[in-house]
Amino acid sequence: MSVIIQSLSRNKFYNWAYKNLFSSWVNTIMTIIAIIFVYEIGTFFLNWAIFSADFRTNFQGELITDRTFCSKNISPGEYGACWAIIYARWDQFMYGLYPIEETWRVNITYALLPLAIIGILFDKLPYRKLFIYFTFLFPFIAYFMLYGGPGLSTVGTNKWGGLLVTLFLGVTGIGLAFPLSILLALGRRSKMPIIKSLCVVFIEFIRGVPLITLLFTANVMLPLFLPDGVNPDNLLRALVAVTLFQSAYMAEAIRGGLQAIPKGHIEAADALGLTYWQTTRKIILPQALKIAIPPIVNTCIGLFKDTSLVLIIGLFDLLGIGRAALADMTWTKLYYEVYVFISLVFFIFCFGMSRYSLYLEKKLKTDNS
Amino acid sequence: MQTSLIRKIIFDEKSRSLLVQTLVIGLFALFIYLIAQQTAYNLEKRGISSGFDFLNISAGYDISIRLIPFTSEDTHLRAYFVGLLNTLMIAVCGCILATILGFLVGIIRLSSNWLFRNIAYVYVEFTRNVPVLLQIILYYSILLNLPKIKQAFPIFNTFYLSNRGLFSPSPIFKEGFSIVFYSLIIAIIFTIFLKRFLKSKQEQTGNQYPIFFINSAIIIFTPILFYYIMGSPLEFDHPVLKGFNFKGGMVIRPEFLGMLFGLSIYTAAFISETVRSGIISVSKGQREASQSLGLKSSFIMRLIIIPQALRVIIPPLTSQYLNLTKNSSLGIAIGYADLVHGFGGISLNQTGRAIEIMLIVMLTYLSISLIISLSMNIYNKSVQFKGNA
Repeated sequence: MSVIIQSLSRNKFYNWAYKNLFSSWVNTIMTIIAIIFVYEIGTFFLNWAIFSADFRTNFQGELITDRTFCSKNISPGEYGACWAIIYARWDQFMYGLYPIEETWRVNITYALLPLAIIGILFDKLPYRKLFIYFTFLFPFIAYFMLYGGPGLSTVGTNKWGGLLVTLFLGVTGIGLAFPLSILLALGRRSKMPIIKSLCVVFIEFIRGVPLITLLFTANVMLPLFLPDGVNPDNLLRALVAVTLFQSAYMAEAIRGGLQAIPKGHIEAADALGLTYWQTTRKIILPQALKIAIPPIVNTCIGLFKDTSLVLIIGLFDLLGIGRAALADMTWTKLYYEVYVFISLVFFIFCFGMSRYSLYLEKKLKTDNS
Repeated sequence: MQTSLIRKIIFDEKSRSLLVQTLVIGLFALFIYLIAQQTAYNLEKRGISSGFDFLNISAGYDISIRLIPFTSEDTHLRAYFVGLLNTLMIAVCGCILATILGFLVGIIRLSSNWLFRNIAYVYVEFTRNVPVLLQIILYYSILLNLPKIKQAFPIFNTFYLSNRGLFSPSPIFKEGFSIVFYSLIIAIIFTIFLKRFLKSKQEQTGNQYPIFFINSAIIIFTPILFYYIMGSPLEFDHPVLKGFNFKGGMVIRPEFLGMLFGLSIYTAAFISETVRSGIISVSKGQREASQSLGLKSSFIMRLIIIPQALRVIIPPLTSQYLNLTKNSSLGIAIGYADLVHGFGGISLNQTGRAIEIMLIVMLTYLSISLIISLSMNIYNKSVQFKGNA
């Protein structure tokens, strides 16, 4: 008997389980409760989402073309989710009302997007310079591919929707807000009182009001502010609001990085005779931005989630397309399928970004020590 | 002569900064002037009048969720206050629930039990990586899929949950209840003085008194005592199913519940992270030192760990409260009659005074944000290091 106990206590798994699950009787009871909880929730969800769910066909083997074919509507109580709505609306979820014969253009843009971003994300990437050049080239390619130009037919932004709008607002909003936010952060730390107060008022104003009021303002008032000929479409109006919103939050993240730079660096640069812009560009910003990247990424996650708000001003982003699908009589009432699917898409993007931010934080720690 | 003046302006820091600032303010003023002129022109062309006189016109729409009486004949100004109260109500309730849930999850995240820890981790990751708007809509659609009124789900036979909301008993205050209420306030004031008195006595004699238990007993039992002295002046009006609806009691509508769940479940995930990092930030040596001094574990938590953790927790907690308050504006997506939905939405559509209304709404949110950060700053000062540090 004692041999068994001895060999057990040498066992790594046994030690781990003892320490983490059964160290005391309270802990043991907690473990049992947790196991029951996980089992109940897990089996319920897996059953609903996978094992007793319909994908393209129902339990009789028929192709599901509207909700009356869903197994759960044929024999209630026995079957789970009916994912056919996602298949049926896949094109809309991905492209909105983009013409079907032109969706290859969106696909190419989607495929090029990772190439445009990867250069910024990883600083030890081979041929990084080429990737960075591509990053600056990408907006023009994307504009040409998505909107059209010589050789390609024009597709108005009112036809854009789904993931396309979500990604467009997220990526463009972040891209445009970045330079603006650097200026705002520098302005807020400027010694010139007027510039400083303008930046402070702008940042605090934007951070003090909800995004939805900015979207409303842009949607209703932008046409009032502008001359007759200039009339930005709905997507562009939302983009203006999103960019201003993001720039204020990003500026605060960058300000945190700027504050972390020791004063000695600025004084040393002054002593060397560098001008303000030289000091900022070559000494301050490279260090400050490096420190500020994790909080910047966090604001980006926030913005990416907040793009879903544009459905309130009538744009069809991922969530808007989902609600439109539910409003359609052939698919109505399949709320959970649609919302779980959209949640999953957002989760993949946001979780990915938060992992990246965590990876950077770890890397920064090892770099500095 | 001229070149030296230009040189002076460019290379002298003071005059250069003056020049730059004058330029910036000039450009800014020009920008504002151009926009104002264009807006005035556009407004005139479209025949939109401006001014704040619309606030006294009757609103002409009804608001179903309200804390103060409101009919469609009431003015837009009153609609504003109804919306503002609804915004404040959801913000306050949401902050309280999110704080409780967030602290709970944050502490579970540090549990010694691996399974508990990871269940909390999965909760945090799944709720904070999904848009709050999507969560609000999802919880709202779950609430709308609850049983119909006829098959309302009873909880302890006093609350009834249905797709039209949670029906609950409503209190009826009878004569004499105010005395019970005043007795509670007097009890609270009394305990504050008692606490001071017992603390000073503890400093003199070294004896510890169970202040917390004495005070809780006073606060709990005084009102109960007066309640029976006054002859039970509180009754409940229970909801009773009659025909197609409940009669009596009060109803908490699904719009409110959806907002409450969405906002607090989402924000709690963020709060739990700040709580966790706050507790981690207290160094291990603090706990070990207090253990070696022979403090009880409850004292260690209350006197050593929590006061130090709060210093780290309060600033990010403030920004989470601000976020929750701002996110409460999403009520418009599910028809919760908050400031943006009623005043900022329907009133705007009816009167067409977009500029005035958006200005009022934004200034209101700004003031709410300001009040929250000011009061949290005051609280923050009270928990920070005292003395020279």
